[in-house]
Amino acid sequence: MDFGTLIQLLESTIRMSTPLLLACLAGLFSERAGIFDIGLEGKMLIAAFFSAAVAFSTGNVWLGLLAGIAASVVLSAIHGLASITFRGNQLISGVALNFLASGLTVLIAQSWYSQGGKTPTLTGDARLGEVTLPFADALRDVPFIGPIYADVISGHASLVYVAFLAVPLTWWVLFRTRFGLRLRAVGESPEAVDTAGISVVRLRFTAVIICGVLCGIAGAYMATGLQPFFGKEMTAGRGYIALAALIFAKWRPWYALMACLLFGFLQALAIRFQNFDIGPFTVPVQVMDALPYILTVIILAGFIGKAIPPRAGGEPYVKER
Amino acid sequence: MDKMPAWADAVLVPLISILIAAVLSALVIAALGMNPFEAFRLMVEGALMKSSGWGYTLYYATNFIFTGLAVSVAFHAKMFNIGGEGQAQIGGLGVALCCLFIPWPHWSLALIGATISAAAFGALWAYVPAILQAKRGSHIVITTIMFNFIAAALINYILVNILRPSGGMEPATATFPEAVHLPTFQDMFSTADNVLFRGSPANITFFIAILACIAVWLLIWRTRLGYEIRAFGHSETGAKYAGISPVRITVISMLISGALAGLMAINATMGEAERLVLNASEGAGFIGIAVALMGRSHPLGVFLAALLFGFLYQGGAELAFWANIPRELITVIQALVILFTGALDNFVRWPLERLFLATRKKGTA
Repeated sequence: MDFGTLIQLLESTIRMSTPLLLACLAGLFSERAGIFDIGLEGKMLIAAFFSAAVAFSTGNVWLGLLAGIAASVVLSAIHGLASITFRGNQLISGVALNFLASGLTVLIAQSWYSQGGKTPTLTGDARLGEVTLPFADALRDVPFIGPIYADVISGHASLVYVAFLAVPLTWWVLFRTRFGLRLRAVGESPEAVDTAGISVVRLRFTAVIICGVLCGIAGAYMATGLQPFFGKEMTAGRGYIALAALIFAKWRPWYALMACLLFGFLQALAIRFQNFDIGPFTVPVQVMDALPYILTVIILAGFIGKAIPPRAGGEPYVKER
Repeated sequence: MDKMPAWADAVLVPLISILIAAVLSALVIAALGMNPFEAFRLMVEGALMKSSGWGYTLYYATNFIFTGLAVSVAFHAKMFNIGGEGQAQIGGLGVALCCLFIPWPHWSLALIGATISAAAFGALWAYVPAILQAKRGSHIVITTIMFNFIAAALINYILVNILRPSGGMEPATATFPEAVHLPTFQDMFSTADNVLFRGSPANITFFIAILACIAVWLLIWRTRLGYEIRAFGHSETGAKYAGISPVRITVISMLISGALAGLMAINATMGEAERLVLNASEGAGFIGIAVALMGRSHPLGVFLAALLFGFLYQGGAELAFWANIPRELITVIQALVILFTGALDNFVRWPLERLFLATRKKGTA
């Protein structure tokens, strides 16, 4: 593999990691507050559709982004209603919302555009533009560092930088603010939070809504940045890979960045090479597809460190039992 | 004292939940610009008013009975097996290997062989998540989701690189030999001058599905093992105190669950496609979740719910054909059923409980 290919691969890794990272941080907020969310996939999907649809009809990608976030937050609110207010099973609710998104997006897309569940291709201001970081062009000719800065780091859609900046922000919110302390506490020991006179319901709803916003950004990036349209099932299991990354990262923001970059790299590899040769061995593309899941199972099995989820995760909180 | 009489818990709550899901589905159809009653009429006409429609309805229902029972058995042990999809696909691999490489003299023997093979392969795919849950405490939901994806990649690899006949373009195995062709309803019930179930895929596997319902009922309510599974599902600590091994029950109930999901392949792969294709389970593993929730994890309920979903599936296909409404409508209905009978159960239950308490108070006063 020559240097040019490597640069392309890394550039593609950044793009593929972005939706994973946003969805993974979304799951981080929700699960740290004790609400399991296997509906990341559905939220991304519905956000992808509504962002593409609104961006197409208004010609403005930012209105599209807002619409995507709004759609995703609606699903989050239903999840909150089911799992916090009505103390239902969070996993079942997540499954239901994934199906809801998967069905509704195609139904509405077919009814509006009659293109087999796809939106028309976005052009001009309806798409996310590329951001050229300062001095990218001037530094391009510097050997080694130049191409990395100009091609790998610079020149992505703005939401890519939002995703990567969201990592330190998430860390700061969760580990350096009072809100973050309470949010983590409500995922470990909601009765303690309740005893301190803080509303468990409100905290958990806030976490679930933040999760919706981040999934919304992830979906909008997919349909206006990564691709210039919405296509049927376009998230293609990324919500589950993000979930895998979250477990791989043991519910911590910086590790989530590493996990998402790793899984994004695997996706980039699978796109670039159908079969990947390492010396005498040929790694089939299916192995790279399955690798994130296999790694997660290994982590879950506790063979490489132990992944311990937030203690009150998945349990509805009942006041004064 | 119970807040609600048993009949209300078993019948009234699910019925109201389904009603809400139905009303919302009707609204979705209306929003798509079609009269819901007209849509319903089209679905009934296509799925129930001719024998070939029934042939498809029962074929789909057979798939859903198996996957619904699979989810139910795991539910009784308080586990959520979301991996029916993967287990069914691996079950398909078992069926394909059994049909392609063993020279069966007659379909009946092949059916027995394929049944054992499908169940064994499905159970095997559920074994790893089960043992990880039992011994290492990794969450069964997450591991079974991961195993769905791993199964899809594995089947993809095997079909593309190993089992594809030379010169074949599609990722699929060769067609199974004629000897393992299962009798379809058309073969079984047509007479010379009256062809019934024409061209529809319903086959003898439907009766195996009914047997599976009875077997699961016997297992859960009439055997010691079933009692242990229910006790474990009710209270893990209680079960432990009574000398029931959590590891054993977790693994056994997941093996049974995986085997049932795997059995779906004799219907879909051996009965219908007669070769193994990509994504042979076609989402039936997930529909099993809706079916189990709706059927309250009881084999009779599962059977009825599977029939309903079979009807929806076939009716949905008719709608797609005649009214240009995409088949994804069924996915939306399925989502609403799961949401209201599963996650939003208390949304219906709490007001009802209050209602029953209020009437009872009036009665005693």
